[in-house]
Amino acid sequence: MKTTLQRLTERAAAAGLLDVAYTTADSPFGPLLLARTERGLIRVGLPSQDHDELLGELSERISPRVLEAPAELDSARRELDLYFEGRLDRFDLPLDWRLSDGFRLRVQRAIARIPYGQTRSYTEIAAKAGNERAVRAAGTACGRNPIPVVVPCHRVLRSGGALGGYGGGLPMKRALLELEGIL
Amino acid sequence: MTELPPFQTVIDEHAATVMAVLRGAVGRAEAEDCFQETFLSALRAYPKLEDGRNLRGWLVTIAQRKAVDHHRARVRGPIPVADVTEARDGDSPSHEPALPGEGNGIWQAVGALPPKQRAAVALRYACDLPHAEIAAALGCSPAAARRSLHEGIKRLREELA
Repeated sequence: MKTTLQRLTERAAAAGLLDVAYTTADSPFGPLLLARTERGLIRVGLPSQDHDELLGELSERISPRVLEAPAELDSARRELDLYFEGRLDRFDLPLDWRLSDGFRLRVQRAIARIPYGQTRSYTEIAAKAGNERAVRAAGTACGRNPIPVVVPCHRVLRSGGALGGYGGGLPMKRALLELEGIL
Repeated sequence: MTELPPFQTVIDEHAATVMAVLRGAVGRAEAEDCFQETFLSALRAYPKLEDGRNLRGWLVTIAQRKAVDHHRARVRGPIPVADVTEARDGDSPSHEPALPGEGNGIWQAVGALPPKQRAAVALRYACDLPHAEIAAALGCSPAAARRSLHEGIKRLREELA
């Protein structure tokens, strides 16, 4: 039935009925869930996360027209592959921020601007987002980043330089910081 | 409104059932096109679906409708059909041409049944649906579904005897 289903996905996309396309991509840390809308990349699911749950959330919050469509995520997969090989230091992918709003969104946008190979503290990010006293809320916003790796929340550390937390687990955060030559 | 699962889940869980229904209804050669039409219609309507509890019944209903459309198009069209075993009177969907060569055997005989009986038999034996779901798919009472199934089986017995 494979070609039948591929044809269905292609026809759905051509008819404008593919609201959320997703695929699973390999990474050095395990499988990543990649999901996009017509606006851009909306979700990166880390290996430690429950991908079915993330797809359920997309179905509920964006549209239930969620289909597995690997071809729609070719450019995201290509850039991530290059990044993990250490051959790409800036993602050039349109992003769809609809899963976040308010202060959380401002924090995540501030994180998106941290350059490759650099870090910021939670306090600095809170200030960039417009409220330097909301350090704890900034930490929560980091943890709820819907587009990790591409929006580099792994570059946010505690003020003293301690790693802080990471949704994908601390070994992954450490490995990404090593990849970028920070550790 | 109940929460709707991602449509991919709906495809993964029910594609085989829909394909079996359509093979029973229009034959293997035509089932592919009807399958595409069924799922595209379903995908179009899906976000507005108010009750996600009987997705299989919903899909089977759409598939039945596509199969009927398909037969109507064939009846209207200029393609000559061999092996018309039933008398035809105009466009009535209860008198469709026999299905194209599906090979021999029981499914060919199933394909020659009147639509309700054919659907009931396909849903019961190709898809293993209980009577209540067959009834939901056909839009009739469980008793009527049981009757269609019974009539269909009886007729098959006679034809294949």
